[in-house]
Amino acid sequence: MESTSIGAGGPGPRRSLQAPSRRLGEKAIVGLLALCGVLSVLTTTAIVIALIGPTISFFGDVSLGEFFSTEWFPTFQPPQFGVLDIVAGTLNVTLWGMLFAIPIGLGAAIYLSEYASPRVRKTIKPILEILAGIPTVAIGFFAASFLIPIIQDVWPGDFLGGADSPFMALAAGLGIGLLVVPLIASISEDAMSAVPQALREGAYAMGATKAKVALRVVFPAALSGIVASIVLAISRGVGETMIVVLAAGSTPNFTLNPVESIQAITSFIATTATGDIAQGSVTYDSVFAAGAVLFVMTLAMNMISIRLVRRYRQVYE
Amino acid sequence: MGAYEPPTERTRLAIAGARANVAATLGSQPRGDVARNNLFAGLLLLAILIALAGLVALLTQAFVEGSSALGANLLTEPPSTIDTANAGFRPALIGSVMMMAFMIGLIVPLGVGAAVYLEEYADRTRWWNRLIEVNIQNLAAVPSIIYGILGLGFIVRGPLDLGFILLAGAITLALLVLPVVIIAGREAIRAVPPSIREGSLALGATQWQTTRRQVLPAAIPGVATGVILAISRAFGETAPLLLVGATVFVTFDPTPTGDNGYSALPVQIFQYATRPQEEFQTLAAAGIILMLVVLLAMNSVAIWLRNRYEQNW
Repeated sequence: MESTSIGAGGPGPRRSLQAPSRRLGEKAIVGLLALCGVLSVLTTTAIVIALIGPTISFFGDVSLGEFFSTEWFPTFQPPQFGVLDIVAGTLNVTLWGMLFAIPIGLGAAIYLSEYASPRVRKTIKPILEILAGIPTVAIGFFAASFLIPIIQDVWPGDFLGGADSPFMALAAGLGIGLLVVPLIASISEDAMSAVPQALREGAYAMGATKAKVALRVVFPAALSGIVASIVLAISRGVGETMIVVLAAGSTPNFTLNPVESIQAITSFIATTATGDIAQGSVTYDSVFAAGAVLFVMTLAMNMISIRLVRRYRQVYE
Repeated sequence: MGAYEPPTERTRLAIAGARANVAATLGSQPRGDVARNNLFAGLLLLAILIALAGLVALLTQAFVEGSSALGANLLTEPPSTIDTANAGFRPALIGSVMMMAFMIGLIVPLGVGAAVYLEEYADRTRWWNRLIEVNIQNLAAVPSIIYGILGLGFIVRGPLDLGFILLAGAITLALLVLPVVIIAGREAIRAVPPSIREGSLALGATQWQTTRRQVLPAAIPGVATGVILAISRAFGETAPLLLVGATVFVTFDPTPTGDNGYSALPVQIFQYATRPQEEFQTLAAAGIILMLVVLLAMNSVAIWLRNRYEQNW
């Protein structure tokens, strides 16, 4: 074998199977491709840098104690920066959104995964995808001009102060709910479909009904994926802007009352940063400080959700 | 994903047999269980119906409210607060189309490049490759308004310092939807079977030749679907544009670098929607119809692409 030469031409200098050149072009291409991947990390870094500078200068003017209090009037003279007002606004809207979306989304997921025939599933899933693709400005318009009048009509009198505000957290919440139902349904359905068939068959063999199999076998087995979908949905709700701006108004309000007008973190950013505010002013910096709060909140939830999804994938695949 | 597989005939027989056996020895299923089972199934169906009713209500309401304003003037006329009967979305539409064009030029090479790197080259045991992966998943879930802040602090001002121009909007939207393209691109590349690569490598092709001539062509339908999804996401995006200079009321045709303002279709819709008067609400609804029609057309193309070129290896 030692003396066998490769290639035509009989006995001659031994040629190796190695490529003749060092393929510098290939290496350059790998470098370029890796750069595209690294760009995503740079994007995150840029987000952090963009937030951090003005946030630090913001905290040069405003104490932490004032920031974590409840009066938020950044454009007043003198301005007040109690961020808990708009954090409460965000939580208010998200709470009502999730109360609507979690049961509906999970119900849809269980139905699609356990009950629906393949044909029904093939029809309903694309329709849910359409719902997921509706731009948020359209949902916001729907919430403001359709849901608010309905809520005003059906609201029981003076309950919680009465529903006569032209903007209300509940309408924005329902809009967000509609937005995240497809998200909860599709991720949860994925998780439930990944539960091995043998678990279901074992339960059926013991005489369990379909409802029991779905609720006591499939649901717990898919729990990490289901929780991941809910966490991701909360993160979407917290970060949603247009629905909240259009339907919930822009009144900083430290309340969880569903029929009051509120201001969320996102709607503060959207309404303030569009105005003519001077770069370097405290108001300008407050946009970035609010953005930093929002970024940290959603980042934490996204990381939890990514972890949970990975866990259920590891268990069953 | 281990997709749900319907039980085989054998399984069904086994279940039926076991049920019969249990029923024979213990009596049939308790009545309460059967009732609860049916109630549960009914509730699930109700959940689906509520979600679908929401979608139907949204579409119906937009149509009912906006149909009276539908007309060619939506495409050809600028917005107006005085002549609302003839007002339209022309500058906003032009702005949106221009932004999409620039954005496509950015997201296709960058997104496909990153997807190819992660699928074909990256060694997944290295921490930095895992970091890139987790980072992309996270970026896909960062609120869009945060991208607006990034655009404001980094592209409009700061390092890039482009000013409030249409190009800055396009770059911001590109960063926003890049994760969508990368994730879809990776799935498309992963679906190309290893045998194709092995065949190519065995014939002496280098890894890049294999990727470029075998893997990428086979992955094109999947990548194209992902790009169209990304465009439709960007097309309907409003919040980040508000921060990077998409002015709510632009009555002239925008240019890519003009610093006197630009607009986008959803931004113009937003501007009409915030005005309480009936005629502006009607215009907003008409704009929503217009936007949904464009999105529907794009998604139809995506579905057509997927069905036409999808290969089952």
